[in-house]
Amino acid sequence: MAGTDPIHQFVIYDIFELFTVGGDGTEGTGTTFAFTNSALFMVLTVATIAVFLLLSTSGKKLIPTRAQLTAELLYEFVAGMVRSSAGTAGMKFFPLVFSLFTFIFVANMFGMVPYFFTVTSHIIVTFALSMLVFLTVIIYGFVKNGPKFLKLFVPAGVPGYILPIVTPIEVISFLSRPISLSVRLFGNILAGHITLKVFTGFAVMMIGGLGALGWLGATLPVLMAIALTGLEFLVGAVQAYVFAVLTSMYLNDAIHPSH
Amino acid sequence: MVTQAYAQEAELPADDHGTEAAGAADAMHVEEGVHADPTHDTHATTEAHGDAGHSDVFPPFDPATFPSQLLWLAITFGALYLLMSKLALPRIGGILENRKTLIDTDLAAADADRQKTDAAIAAYEKALAEAKANAQGIANKNREAIQADIAAKRSAAEADLSAKVSAAEARIAQTKAEALTHVDEIAAETAQAVVSQLVGDVAPDSVRAAVAKVKG
Repeated sequence: MAGTDPIHQFVIYDIFELFTVGGDGTEGTGTTFAFTNSALFMVLTVATIAVFLLLSTSGKKLIPTRAQLTAELLYEFVAGMVRSSAGTAGMKFFPLVFSLFTFIFVANMFGMVPYFFTVTSHIIVTFALSMLVFLTVIIYGFVKNGPKFLKLFVPAGVPGYILPIVTPIEVISFLSRPISLSVRLFGNILAGHITLKVFTGFAVMMIGGLGALGWLGATLPVLMAIALTGLEFLVGAVQAYVFAVLTSMYLNDAIHPSH
Repeated sequence: MVTQAYAQEAELPADDHGTEAAGAADAMHVEEGVHADPTHDTHATTEAHGDAGHSDVFPPFDPATFPSQLLWLAITFGALYLLMSKLALPRIGGILENRKTLIDTDLAAADADRQKTDAAIAAYEKALAEAKANAQGIANKNREAIQADIAAKRSAAEADLSAKVSAAEARIAQTKAEALTHVDEIAAETAQAVVSQLVGDVAPDSVRAAVAKVKG
């Protein structure tokens, strides 16, 4: 039954243990760090991005090769996204947005390969990434603008008597950003992978349980799974894009706090 | 699948309780929670369940996996950020910048060349117009000179001719007058001869007088 369990694909297991911090020295105490299947795919994701970008641009050709053109288009795509959302001043965060976009995009695409682990299907990963963005916005916002950063919560042009209502709403919406940012990515990837697994698992169970009739009945869920696979590729790409665009927009708040 | 999970929960009530309490908290709580139950040790249990394809908590919410994930996310994403910001992005940016500069300089050079061509064409046209005007002037001057020359030569020839004509006319008149003076002589001789034939000799002077009388 484990083969059709839709949750099994999210299980993290240790490939080898690294070290334990704290605890009393006996097994099971302290915080143990390990190299897990999740870590393996993080390494693979980063290695894929770095190897592709560095190899494809190693020629530095004036007339680009196909691979170099792909790298250049990726660069221009993210650069355009940052520039249009956060302006030229936002280009100092271009490497951050580029890293976020490529990391999430490649991790999502790896997740579409059967038997591969999806790094972004774990809330702690997406939450850590969104907290990175959130803290960058807060720290950079205060360093660059000082107390004026708080103007973000007091929209200009709003009459004074509405401010007691508007300001708490702004504060809550600001504080909910890392949650919405992380849960959006996590939820989309998790739900997509569960749905895929449920449909394909349904086909497997039908064939196993009903024999010849099952083969007939399995066609419908298999067709559904094929359609969903295409959809999941789209979702994986769109969620990476959404994460990067929202990051650019949040960074814009840090650079230009007044609305 | 469901029955199996339930069976597991029934088997391991303490473990389930421990992780449930830890669901919203951090990894330390799990370990404390499980530590209270002497028959289990967290990592062993979690791993065992993980390998079996079942965890007693939903895997994305299993805090026991958080430290490793965070550690490796920090390592890998940090490495990615460094690689991108120090190596890959400056290189791609350099390629794009280089290409843009090259295109701009090429365009500027092409524009300068075009302006040079325009200037050359203008200079050529000016020189051509000047040469044309020059040629026109020379032609006019030559024509005028030739015409003057022709006119002078013609008038000289005409003067020469008219002089010759008048000289000839004078000669003709002289010859005529001379001839006319001979007429009297001839007439007198003829008359003398005629008269001498008819009447004998006669004095030439009287003949001449008679002829002059007749003529007169």
